[in-house]
Amino acid sequence: MTEQAVVELRSIYKHFGEGSTRVDALRDISLDIYPGTVVGLRGPSGSGKSTVLNVIGCILEPNSGSMRLNGESVYDGKWLQSDLRRLRLEKIGFIFQSHNLLPFLNAWENVAIARILAGASLAQARSRALELLAYLGIERRKDATPGQLSGGEAQRVAIARALANDPRIILADEPTAALDSQRAGTVMDLLRRVAAEHSTAVIVVTHDEKIFDRFDHIFSLRDGALEDPLRKVA
Amino acid sequence: MNLALKDIHHNLGRFLLTCLGLSLLLGIVLAMVGIYRGLVVESLGLVRAAGAQVWVVEGDTRGPFAEASRLPGDTRAVIAAQWGVAAAGGVSYQNVEAQHHGQTKRLLVVGAQIARPGEASALIAGRPIMRSRYEAIADQGAGLALGEQIKLGRDTFTVVGLTKNLVGSGGDPVLFVALRDAQKLQFDLTPAAARREIARSPGATGTIDTVNAILVQLLPGVDANRFAQEIGRWKHLSALTQDDQENVLARSVIDRARRQIGLFTTLLLTVSTVIIGLIIYTMTIDKKKSIATLKLIGAPDRRIVGLIVQQALAIGVISFLVGAVLINAGKGYFPRRVVLEPGDAAILFGVVLIVCLLASAFGVRTALKIDPASALAG
Repeated sequence: MTEQAVVELRSIYKHFGEGSTRVDALRDISLDIYPGTVVGLRGPSGSGKSTVLNVIGCILEPNSGSMRLNGESVYDGKWLQSDLRRLRLEKIGFIFQSHNLLPFLNAWENVAIARILAGASLAQARSRALELLAYLGIERRKDATPGQLSGGEAQRVAIARALANDPRIILADEPTAALDSQRAGTVMDLLRRVAAEHSTAVIVVTHDEKIFDRFDHIFSLRDGALEDPLRKVA
Repeated sequence: MNLALKDIHHNLGRFLLTCLGLSLLLGIVLAMVGIYRGLVVESLGLVRAAGAQVWVVEGDTRGPFAEASRLPGDTRAVIAAQWGVAAAGGVSYQNVEAQHHGQTKRLLVVGAQIARPGEASALIAGRPIMRSRYEAIADQGAGLALGEQIKLGRDTFTVVGLTKNLVGSGGDPVLFVALRDAQKLQFDLTPAAARREIARSPGATGTIDTVNAILVQLLPGVDANRFAQEIGRWKHLSALTQDDQENVLARSVIDRARRQIGLFTTLLLTVSTVIIGLIIYTMTIDKKKSIATLKLIGAPDRRIVGLIVQQALAIGVISFLVGAVLINAGKGYFPRRVVLEPGDAAILFGVVLIVCLLASAFGVRTALKIDPASALAG
């Protein structure tokens, strides 16, 4: 049985600028990412990791190629979906390097906001937020503001927010960069658990060699191109 | 979940201080409008309190509130003898600076004839002037009490009655005295000056029986316009109806004040707009990362716009209400009368809402231009 990839990129090209100022950010990127897997994107600065993340997150339009997310054609020379915002809201969860929790909301509100934006009532959103905070082991910190949370706790809240709408894809941009190795390991374990239990594809941009062993696959990028696709580590 | 309220609560101290500062500004705007209204009410108040239907003044002039107007005092008898006249009274107006208990008081002294149009009406205390000499009725604003004495010129007057809110267009409280006293105050010379005048014009005896206007009350059914036209045919006299007099006052006296206050009000509202705009812009810049994150996780533009516009409106509404409360509480301490009318407050409130919307436009534009991808940048 062949499982349907949840992210399919085919010959994606992206460049910035024109003429002498042109920079090829992505060159012929093709990759498949399957549900329940945790994959890493690694590479030196400027290699195109974040550009790949932005393209998959539908916040940066490629110049050519095609992309399917969760089986739906999203890009084929042009955007095929009229409402990319809703696609992001319902299908993709984001985790950031510095957690990016909204400072004016407490922990459960930060999680609930994603659900509310998708149309849920406050009661429904709160219930889901508390459920996710319990799942990630920080329910007792539900009323704490981001300023009152430790780095690890804040990142767990951010993971809970990313999971709020049951996304098929989670995009994480260096989620462990601000954490010590113990907490980084814990966060990666959580992401692995989320991927396994929710059949979610987790794509992590990272430089952090300490967590390379937590990935199912690692894609290495250099100068906008994949170096060694589908290399299994560990 | 209202993000605007959550953000306000998060930055409550800064928000309240901002509102307090802006409320002082909007309070001043309200006060300016109130002072203008007070100016109109005060100026027209004196004209209306005279209780006349027609003002007879010097020929080719617009009356004592607009320019110099002098009539011989005996003109009153001529006017009173005209058909349709119920009563007529001569009045004079002059600004006087008097020393009282070591303080300088500026007063508008109104000379009026006893029991004739122009005398003080609507007393809040005391009695009308009954003796032909040395009695006065003072407005409360003059700070004089019943029975108190004040020296004007070479004579001393006793306050026998009090009025309320009767001031000249310059804000000076009104002091009513008998017409003869007012004329003496205006023309009386010191003995030395009198001797000099007699030496200069040995044959001239001079007369001090001049008035600035003759106020006319008409019999029921007599048309004031027609009466004024009839009087106007006499080349040496002009006549204005009460409406004409109020219009003259509004145009010539109040109009400049209205333009000055209008200019200040416009400037203050412009400053308020800039301040609200800057505050909202700063608050938007402070939330740049949060807005990028919200956009990235799928918040629609209307949610972002709502966050900014609601905060701008909250600043405007709270500041306006606090400003209105402050001015209502402190209007008694202003040197001029402040009349706050609900209609003016409603209009200003509407203007403040529009100002808030305009001011938030820059913040909204900035927010909408924020790239969601910037949330991913470290």
